[in-house]
Amino acid sequence: MNKHEPTQRTYLGIPVPRPKVAFFELSSCEGCQLQLVNNETTLLNFLSLVDIRAFREAMTEKYDDYTIAFVEGSVTRSDEIERLKKIRATAAVLVAFGSCACFGGVNQLKNRFQDPAWVKKEVYGSHPIETNDTARPLEDFVKVDLKIFGCPVKKEEVEKIVTNVVLGKTIVAPKYPVCMECKANENTCLFDLGEPCLGPITRGGCDSWCPNSRFGCWGCRGPAVDANVEQMQEVMKKHGFSEETMLDRLECFGGFAGHAAEMRNNIKAK
Amino acid sequence: MLFRTAEKTELKALFDMLVEKNTVVGPVQTDTDRMGKPLFAFEPVTDQAKLRLDYTTTRLPAKRYFLPFREDLATFTTDGRDWTKTIGYNIDRPYVLFGLHACDINALNKLDKVLMGPVYPMPYYAAKRKNMFIIGTDCRPQPFCFCRSMGADTVLHGFDLFLTDIGDKYFIEIQSAEAYEVAKDLRTETPTEADHMQFMRTVAEMNKLFTAHVDTTDLTKILDMEFQSPVWKQWGDKCLGCGTCSNVCPTCYCYGVEETVDVSLKKARKTKTLYSCNVVDFAEVAGGHNFRPERSTRLKYRYYHKHRGFVEAYEESLCVGCGRCGEACLAGITVPEVIASVRGEEQ
Repeated sequence: MNKHEPTQRTYLGIPVPRPKVAFFELSSCEGCQLQLVNNETTLLNFLSLVDIRAFREAMTEKYDDYTIAFVEGSVTRSDEIERLKKIRATAAVLVAFGSCACFGGVNQLKNRFQDPAWVKKEVYGSHPIETNDTARPLEDFVKVDLKIFGCPVKKEEVEKIVTNVVLGKTIVAPKYPVCMECKANENTCLFDLGEPCLGPITRGGCDSWCPNSRFGCWGCRGPAVDANVEQMQEVMKKHGFSEETMLDRLECFGGFAGHAAEMRNNIKAK
Repeated sequence: MLFRTAEKTELKALFDMLVEKNTVVGPVQTDTDRMGKPLFAFEPVTDQAKLRLDYTTTRLPAKRYFLPFREDLATFTTDGRDWTKTIGYNIDRPYVLFGLHACDINALNKLDKVLMGPVYPMPYYAAKRKNMFIIGTDCRPQPFCFCRSMGADTVLHGFDLFLTDIGDKYFIEIQSAEAYEVAKDLRTETPTEADHMQFMRTVAEMNKLFTAHVDTTDLTKILDMEFQSPVWKQWGDKCLGCGTCSNVCPTCYCYGVEETVDVSLKKARKTKTLYSCNVVDFAEVAGGHNFRPERSTRLKYRYYHKHRGFVEAYEESLCVGCGRCGEACLAGITVPEVIASVRGEEQ
């Protein structure tokens, strides 16, 4: 990359590979990439673990040789599909980086409008822009090897994953819901405070980031494995929250798109 | 067993004496729920006025001072090919636990049997448990309390001092030499016959307040018979699989261990995290097979461990009837209802 090539990293005397990685953004706020740059205390260690070939949020230089591609954002334009396919062809490993890449994220809120032409007119008016009718996750177009959930991703989790990649360890996302970490953090349950929360059905790993600040979970990391969404509806109802309140949250990031659609269908059928 | 009585004002003297040289942990109000009811937690407390011995219950048990949710079993530093392992039991001082109810002390006694047993005592637990000074206190049974059904409404050992509010004074039980030393500096008196009567009246009044019950008669046998009962599926359908019941349980001790290498590659740690048998991957093994993929099976096994397996092994239940799991369960699954349904009783 430059003259200041860091010294070979070792773990217990064994040299560890320094994979060439690149960061890309499709339709997104690039907040997930910013998360990585945010924590200065570990930034240098993180940067020396990998050889960064492209990272718009952090550097000007750009190179096309990379083995791991972290792709943030959802696919909302046809040129993004082409770009994504090119990244896929280059990278040995493609990581869906953050909720937009994993599920469509906040962008996919537009998918529920029945009349895309009307939406475009409302939003762009007399300055039309070419966009697809729906915002889609990466896996609708290319094979995704690893998903890192969250809006935004949790820096500590990303560092742990990258460290494990370098050391050749298995990478596992938590299967349990947010409640596990929320209880470990000794938070007062949001339902006790009269707030709705998707913690019981949303995948953990965020260290109950939002509930720690007394803010109910919106499900950015998508469903936990074996999430009991049906019972969650009962819980919401019992605590006096409307179906729309729950749907607002289920639909916000796209991870629960299937569950939300089923819930809407059931409401219609009633 | 030594019995004494003391004027109510001596409580402050006791607290001040202990807090001077120790970290005191006790029930304090930490929040107010949406109905305006106070929520309590065991927290370090320095001002006796903040100590709420009249607390109903805490959302989380005092277990976290003995079995923290997360703790490092070992940390490692690497230097070239060499590495150094450091083991700490994660306790830097003795604690005074001021105001545990009988159920919570009984919970510790049950944990002792598992974690300080003769074969593989767990030093991380033992180091904390042996450095605790525990003051028990009487309570007012709440609608969710069924400790009496579980034989955990009174406590015989596992504490240093026990205070029972008998109206105008405290009836004090002294259980340890340390407690004797502490009580020596208080103004106490030998209980009179009238004090004994008042103590018995207080206990009888308390017993009348129980509304929740669990019938434990022949329960291990009934659980054996009803292993295939359809009620497990019904409760499993309701279960969120969120693990909250275990996390608020004063006796759940199951855990997972994870080894992580720091991003610097110069440090590593082995971390123990309390886990729950109701969580989806609790019984998932290497290779990916899951022995309990259904929520109903997982929920059932939690009941079988508490109310059957542990009873077979230790001749007592692993449940103390504190009712926290039922109170915290968003799906409204409570022990009295589950056991009654297994017994074929209408609720």
